[in-house]
Amino acid sequence: MRVRVCVCVCVRACVCVCVCVCCQMRFLLLFSRQGKLRLQKWFTAMSDRERKKIIREMTTMVLARQPRSSNFLQWKDLKIIYKRYASLYFCLGVEAQENELLALEIIHRYVELLDKYFGNVCELDIIFNFEKAYFILDEFLMGGEIQETSKQTVNRCIEASDMLQETMEEYMSKPAF
Amino acid sequence: MALKIVKGSIDRMFDKNLQDLVRGIRNHKEDEAKYISTCIDEIKQELKQDNIAVKANAVCKLTYLQMLGYDVSWAAFNIVEVMSSSKFTYKRIGYLAASQCFHESTDVIMLTTNQIRKDLSSPNQYDTGVALTGLSCFVTPDLARDLANDIMTLMSHTKPYIRKKAVLIMYKVFLKYPESLRPAFPRLKEKLEDPDPGVQSAAVNVICELARRNPKNYLSLAPLFFKLMTSSTNNWVLIKIIKLFGALTPLEPRLGKKLIEPLTNLIHRIYLFFSQILHHLSAITLVCFSWLIAFLFFITVLISLSSGMPNHSASIQLCVQKLRILIEDSDQNLKYLGLLAMSKILKTHPKSVQSHKDLILQCLDDKDESIRLRALDLLYGMVSKKNLMEIVKKLMLHVDKAEGTTYRDELLTKIIDICSQSNYQYITNFEWYISILVELTRLEGTRHGHLIASQMLDVAIRVKAIRVFAVAQMATLLDNAHMLTGNTQRNGICEVLYAAAWICGEFSEHLENPMETLEAMLRPKVATLPGHIQAVYVQNAAKLFATVLKSQEGNTDSTTAQEASQLMIDRLPLFVQSANLEVQERASCILQLVKYIQKLQQKDVEVSEEVCALFAGELNPVAPKAQKKVPIPDGLDLDAWINEPPSESESEDEQPKAIFSKEEPKHSRPRHTEVDEKELARRREARKQEQANNPFYIKASPSSQKVYQETPGVEHIPVVQIDLSVPLKVPGLPMSDQYVKLEEERRQKERAEKKKKDKKKRKEKRSGRGKKHDSGPESEEDITPAHMVDIVTEEMPENALPSDDDERDPADPHKALDIDLDKPLADSEKLPVRSHRAAEVLKSPAEDEEGENVSSLEPKKKSSKEKREKKKDKDKDRKVKMLFDRRLLRLISVMLTFIFLFYSFDRKAYDIQGNLQDGSQVVVSVIFENKCDSFLKSMEFNVLDSLNSKLQRPEGSGPHDSLTIPFQLPPGVSNEARFVFTVQSIIMPQKLKGTLTFIVKNEESSTHEKLDFKLHFTCTSYLITTPCYSDAFAKLLESGDLKSSSIRLEGVNMPFHHLLARICFHHHFSVVERIDSCASMYSRSIQGHHVCLLVKITVSVDAKCDEPTLLGNVLDEIKQTFSQC
Repeated sequence: MRVRVCVCVCVRACVCVCVCVCCQMRFLLLFSRQGKLRLQKWFTAMSDRERKKIIREMTTMVLARQPRSSNFLQWKDLKIIYKRYASLYFCLGVEAQENELLALEIIHRYVELLDKYFGNVCELDIIFNFEKAYFILDEFLMGGEIQETSKQTVNRCIEASDMLQETMEEYMSKPAF
Repeated sequence: MALKIVKGSIDRMFDKNLQDLVRGIRNHKEDEAKYISTCIDEIKQELKQDNIAVKANAVCKLTYLQMLGYDVSWAAFNIVEVMSSSKFTYKRIGYLAASQCFHESTDVIMLTTNQIRKDLSSPNQYDTGVALTGLSCFVTPDLARDLANDIMTLMSHTKPYIRKKAVLIMYKVFLKYPESLRPAFPRLKEKLEDPDPGVQSAAVNVICELARRNPKNYLSLAPLFFKLMTSSTNNWVLIKIIKLFGALTPLEPRLGKKLIEPLTNLIHRIYLFFSQILHHLSAITLVCFSWLIAFLFFITVLISLSSGMPNHSASIQLCVQKLRILIEDSDQNLKYLGLLAMSKILKTHPKSVQSHKDLILQCLDDKDESIRLRALDLLYGMVSKKNLMEIVKKLMLHVDKAEGTTYRDELLTKIIDICSQSNYQYITNFEWYISILVELTRLEGTRHGHLIASQMLDVAIRVKAIRVFAVAQMATLLDNAHMLTGNTQRNGICEVLYAAAWICGEFSEHLENPMETLEAMLRPKVATLPGHIQAVYVQNAAKLFATVLKSQEGNTDSTTAQEASQLMIDRLPLFVQSANLEVQERASCILQLVKYIQKLQQKDVEVSEEVCALFAGELNPVAPKAQKKVPIPDGLDLDAWINEPPSESESEDEQPKAIFSKEEPKHSRPRHTEVDEKELARRREARKQEQANNPFYIKASPSSQKVYQETPGVEHIPVVQIDLSVPLKVPGLPMSDQYVKLEEERRQKERAEKKKKDKKKRKEKRSGRGKKHDSGPESEEDITPAHMVDIVTEEMPENALPSDDDERDPADPHKALDIDLDKPLADSEKLPVRSHRAAEVLKSPAEDEEGENVSSLEPKKKSSKEKREKKKDKDKDRKVKMLFDRRLLRLISVMLTFIFLFYSFDRKAYDIQGNLQDGSQVVVSVIFENKCDSFLKSMEFNVLDSLNSKLQRPEGSGPHDSLTIPFQLPPGVSNEARFVFTVQSIIMPQKLKGTLTFIVKNEESSTHEKLDFKLHFTCTSYLITTPCYSDAFAKLLESGDLKSSSIRLEGVNMPFHHLLARICFHHHFSVVERIDSCASMYSRSIQGHHVCLLVKITVSVDAKCDEPTLLGNVLDEIKQTFSQC
């Protein structure tokens, strides 16, 4: 009699999924046509290694797309929605339940907000004022949810806090004696 | 002059601001890394200065560098410093840096708690806002716990700007600290009616997200949302609410009817909204499709609504037709969305989508990969027995054409997924499937070798009828192994050889030419394969060797056998030298064995039987989850201490601090696990229901169900005749096509036969209803599998509990949020509020940090005692629960007795007898006696099979089907029925649970009743009274094969011959010889074990048997018999 340990035959391939189910939007990446990252926003806490891995995969995936393809991609359990504005790609990762068109609209809104703030925004504006771009984004989205749908309100908030900052800066640059 | 100097120094301090850095990086394109490393050095210098402005500037630059991918975690503390600046300018930069760089494992986050709390209560709303934004990015469970109360207060801040942010961040807090949900929820609900639209939409967002995951707790909010839906002016909010209703309606079907009217009113608004979005997509032509898009969006909702209403197939049909227009459009986005919507419909209405197969297949040719992937997803749901071969053939073509490994790998997994779905439900011809798998191995550079391998193994093990074919194919594969491994290691495709070698070895009796295969497996090239594959090769070479020996058995010319051993001895040393430990060990073991065998061979000793015995026995597949489901045996308490727990005084002294902090989280989440069984079962049921209906829930594929029934034995499976028209050994030729053709022919033939039969029938029935049988296109059921396929189900441990617990990811944070929100709030659930710590905050800022440290240490110190107390409490709880369970059990048993009494149904008398002809069969005869005065009929007898014992059921019935008892019982009548059980191992007693269902019929009514019982298979019942002569008995005892054991029977005072008679009667022994105060007895088990007893008048029993376990059990049973009298 031969006694043997069971041979487990698992049919399905296990798909490794990172266990951070949190919010509907996971990340927003802006990168240039050369694959240079211009802005990254993570709505869930992730370690640097994971972030870098995702960035690398996103840039290669999106840049490899042919012109006139759809704006949607499936990546692991996420939907990737990207859109190109001039030389800049905006790439948004959302949960599978989200509506693709709404995600596109979110990207578009953000571009409009940037446009309004910088006045006909270009890539250089974002490069040199990257913190402003973040501040605008923080007023628009928060924790992966849309915070404010009204463009006017977002602009007003940004202006107000900029005012606060600038008066501070003036105050600081004044010689103290 | 002085001013100039100061200004100059300030300039120098700011010598490189962010703009300069960016410009510098752009100017140093070729030596960027070097430039940045000098920059980082400068930044390090700047961070050392006391001036906060300089630090902030440095941190700002670091944030930029972080984005470029440089590690800045070393500056975490400086970021905290800048965060705690009192100036908004710097605070903003600090929080931005923190939100970009911090994550849960950043340890300085611990230090920020008080700073954040201070900022949250700042009079400046932008300070608060910045803190909230930052917090949303790096909130940890600790922060969530400490700050939950502060954030909750902010939800009723005077400024809508703050309220909005506070509401949104609350969602993050819930996820990290689920206990906060109940206390915070009432306020969150209030915010749904906030005067500010921004706050309102934030609240809707949060509640929708919560509700989408655990809809049933939010049903009570439906009226409120209904009001919001009709009154809200914000399209985003509207869409969220509609989605929410999509999740709620399956739980409350009445909602569906109510929703239809407002939804139809809203469709215009949604349509305008989507047309606006499409407009932004800068394709004007798209706008005219916007109604379709709006409609697409509604489909999701509609499907869930339609679950409450029947007869929606017509409108679904319409939907699908409209979708077709979308998919046929040239715009890729529309195509994508159309396919996506199609897959949603497919889940609920597969029939209506299946007719558009042509379109989907067409989409596979699209140049856009995401569209192809969508189409593949759709195909998965569209296959049927009829079209599986065709679809897979198409996919195989695509595999050949596909560029880019990712897409090809995706195709490969999809093909396997499609074929293996729901336990190979759609495969009618497994030869075809094997040949598909073999073809897939020719793919270059795939990394799914292991997937193919596991499929081969699975099919070969579970489909017995296919083994002959599979083995032949695998042998060819092994022979051509060089094609797979040829140039360098082709990412993992060599895994296939693992399967091939194993199959060839395990089922080697089917091999046509085992010698050739053996040779192929021992080629020197094998040594280049990965270690684990080599190990399998070596092991299976031994199996093959055994088969070769066996085939030469009885052959007077022993050259082949000797050749085989020579081959082994020649080739194995190569593996003995392997660097892989496993290979080395197996090889050297087997080498020595073969050398020994060779010696025996030279002496002309028959060895084949012994060698084969090494690998005898059949392997059964075991379900992947079997291990987890092994029930904990009675009386085993896994939580009990094995040793005495260390005494308290000792632990207080010696326990290092680290233990406290480690165990902290456990203690912060109290009594979540202690929900009683019933509640759990109820919830599980509810969840199942909800998951089934929830269109957003991605269901796990149904756990393997049996498609074909297990037939009692291998003999009954017709062995597949391999049609010789199929060339087996043509490498490089796609064979699956031929199988497709063959299968077609077979089906045609079958159809023709069927028609003939039908015609006959119709002729007979001419006068009857006429032609209803005229079958147009053949329906699903018409296709019978090519041969009776026996898919062996995977084994599970006996009395394993079926549960769906494993369906849900235990790490899913939303599980913790499944909290009943309508219950009143208990005191203990209130959020932790700072009480004594508030005083510390008022202290000077210098002391502040110290205060923080003290406060963080304090609870830990306390916890050592507290914990112990809690533990005791917990133990008590558990005891109470166990008590409760036991009481429940008793209750159940009382109820059962009640049923017994009521029907005065016979306590079934049954007798178990072994069958000597067949060592594994036991006949159980059960006497059914009807003691009540009603008529009993339709009795069905069923037993839960265990691994060891199985009820034999008639051919064609499933392993869980019950047996119909062929008679009915009028009142007062008894009758006997016999059931045959197959038992594998007889050395242990067994209990089988079973049920008897029957219908009780009297004049007024008939009721369906159920009776549970247990069949006790004692070891005695496997013994058969066999006469034995004293000389044979003596020989047996002398042979020395028997192990002995003895017992004393306590408290027996009966005449000796009564005692013997009792043993003979109850335990199936026969007396061999009796010498006044002594008697020897003998019995034999159905599997031929000898059991000898020597009973002395001093009532001690010495016993001998060749199976010690069996003997022990028999003796125990004897003891029990006598303890009863």
